[in-house]
Amino acid sequence: MPINRDQLIEMVDKIPTFQESVHRILALTTSPDCAAKDLVQVIEHDPILTIKVLKLVNSAYFGLSQEVTSVNHSVVYVGINTIKNVAISVATTGALPKNNKAGLNMNRFWAHSLAVGVIAKLLAENKGVGKNEQANYFVGGLLHDIGKVLFAHFIPAEYQAVLHKAESENISLHLAEKELLGFDHSEIGAMVAQKWQLPADLIDSIKSHHRLGKQDSQHCPLSLAIYAANQTAHYIELTKEASESEAENLLAQAAKIDHELPEAVKEWLGWPLSEVCKWLSNLDDEIEKALAFIDLSEGEPTS
Amino acid sequence: MIINLRGVRGSIPVPGKDTVKYGGNTTCIEITTDEGDKIIIDGGSGIRPLGNELMKQLPVSCSIFITHTHWDHIQGLPFFLPLFVPGNNIDIYGSFDPVYMKDLKTILAQQMEYCYFPVRESELNANISYNNLKEGEAITVGSAIVTPLLINHPVLNFGYKVESNGKSFFFTGDYEPPLNIYEPEDEAYAEYQRLVDQQKKILTDFIQGVDVVVADCQYTRDEYPSKKGWGHGTHDSCIEMARDANLGALYFTHHDPTRTDQELDSIYDDVMSRSDLPPTKFFIAMEGTEIKL
Repeated sequence: MPINRDQLIEMVDKIPTFQESVHRILALTTSPDCAAKDLVQVIEHDPILTIKVLKLVNSAYFGLSQEVTSVNHSVVYVGINTIKNVAISVATTGALPKNNKAGLNMNRFWAHSLAVGVIAKLLAENKGVGKNEQANYFVGGLLHDIGKVLFAHFIPAEYQAVLHKAESENISLHLAEKELLGFDHSEIGAMVAQKWQLPADLIDSIKSHHRLGKQDSQHCPLSLAIYAANQTAHYIELTKEASESEAENLLAQAAKIDHELPEAVKEWLGWPLSEVCKWLSNLDDEIEKALAFIDLSEGEPTS
Repeated sequence: MIINLRGVRGSIPVPGKDTVKYGGNTTCIEITTDEGDKIIIDGGSGIRPLGNELMKQLPVSCSIFITHTHWDHIQGLPFFLPLFVPGNNIDIYGSFDPVYMKDLKTILAQQMEYCYFPVRESELNANISYNNLKEGEAITVGSAIVTPLLINHPVLNFGYKVESNGKSFFFTGDYEPPLNIYEPEDEAYAEYQRLVDQQKKILTDFIQGVDVVVADCQYTRDEYPSKKGWGHGTHDSCIEMARDANLGALYFTHHDPTRTDQELDSIYDDVMSRSDLPPTKFFIAMEGTEIKL
C-alpha cells in the first residue's frame, strides 16, 4: 500500500495552482500607494476570490445594512483598505478540495486548523512580531495540515486505513501515515506550499510541524510557532476531554506532549504548555471571531 | 437638546497660542437631551475636561458612541474619570473591527495595557458595558435614538444621527466622500460612479433635513489633491452635503493640527465669500461651543 514519490508528485500536480491573483495582491499591496482600481481588477478576474470577498463582506461579521453586490460596490461601501485586507485573508483559505471519501472529518479538520492559526497569531503577537507578519502566522496555522486533505481526496481507501490505524492503535496520524503510506501529511503539504510558491518560511513551517529536524536552531520563528501552536491545540483538546471524562491517561498524554516539545520550541515559547493554555483562556472567543474566514472554505457560489 | 463641542481638532491635540480661539483638543461631542440623558460621541482628548465636570454630580450615567478607533477619537478615554468610579454607569458603543478581528472592548483594553498606561481596563470600576453596533441598528438612550451609518474612511467609521423630541443632529466622524477609482476613459468608470452616487445618496437620505451636522473638513480644496484617500473631507464636500440634504446648520470640524486660529478664520472668510452657497448656516466648530436645539 505504500505510495511512491511519483504518485505523491501526481497528487500535488492535481491541486490547482495557488491563485496568481494572490501573488498579485500581495505584490500590489506592499505599496501604500497601490491603485485601488488595479486591486479591484485583480480580484474581479478571479471569480472564486470575488465570491469569497462578497460573501465575507455580506456576512454577519460586517453587519452591513445593504447587500454588497460587486467588488466595486464593496470598495465604495467599506473602503479599499478593508477590501485589501479581506482579499489577502480569503485568498489563503481557498484552493482545497471540499469533501473526501476517506472519512476525514472536515469540520474537525478546519476547527483544529483554525485553532492552530489563532494560537500561532496570538503567540506571535505576544512575542512582539509585527502586525503585517502576524497574518503569516495565522495562515501557517490554517495551512499546516493541508497534506491530510490531499491524501483523503486522492487516495481515500488508503487514507481510510491510515485513519483507522491511528484510531485503533491510538497513535499520531503522521506516524500511521508514515508507516502505511511511506510519506506523511507534512511532506506532501510542504510540496503543495512549494507549488503555490508560498514564502520559504511558510513552507518550512508546514514541513516541520511534526519534526523540526536535527538542526533545530536553524528553524525560523514561524516554524517554531506553528510547531508550538499545533501542540498547544492538541494539549488543550486533551485536557478538555480529560475534564469531561475524568480519564487520567488523557492528562498523562497531555503532559507527555509538553514534556516532549523540542528544546528549540521550548526556548522560543518560554513557558510550559500548561501556562500557555491558561494564558489562552479566551481562545474560544478568538476562534469565534475568526470563524467567518473559515466559513469561506465552503465558498461555493450560493446563487 | 444641547450639543457641546468638546474637541474639534483632528489627528493630535495641539495646545498653544495659535489654537486658543478654536481649541486644541481632539474629537469629542457632548449631547444632552431635554430630559438630561447624556450622549457622548468619541473620546478624543476633549472628553477629559468633560469627565472632570461630570464628576461633580455622581453617579454619572452616560452612553459613549465611538465613530472609529483611530487615536484622535479614543485617546482621551483613559483620562475620563467617571470610568474609574464605582456606581457610575457607562455604556460604550462602536463597530467591531472585522479586519483585525477585534471588538471594541479588546481595542480599548489594548489601549490601556501597562506599556501604554498605568491602569488596566480591567481595573476600571464603573459599570461599563461594551456594545458592538451593526450599521442601522438604532439605540435608545432615554428620550433619544442614536443610529449609526457606515461612511467612508480607511477604517470602518460610523456617522451617528441623534434624534430626540423632534430635533436631530448628525456627526460624520472622519469622512471622505467616496471617489471614483477609475479614469473617465475606463470601462468601469460609469458603473463605479453609479455606486458612488448611490452611496452618497444613502447618506443624503439618512441626514435629510437634519437640524445640525458637524462634519469632517480637515482639508481645503487646494490641499485636497495631495490628500486623496486619506479619509477626510473638504469645505466643498461639506457644502455639497449641506445642499443635497437641506441641512439647517453645518459646523466644519476635525481641523488639521497645523491650522492656526488665524488660518481657520481666513479660510472660513474665503469659503463664505463664495456665491454658490446653499441656505444652510455654516460655522467653524469651536471648542466650548454650545448649540441649543
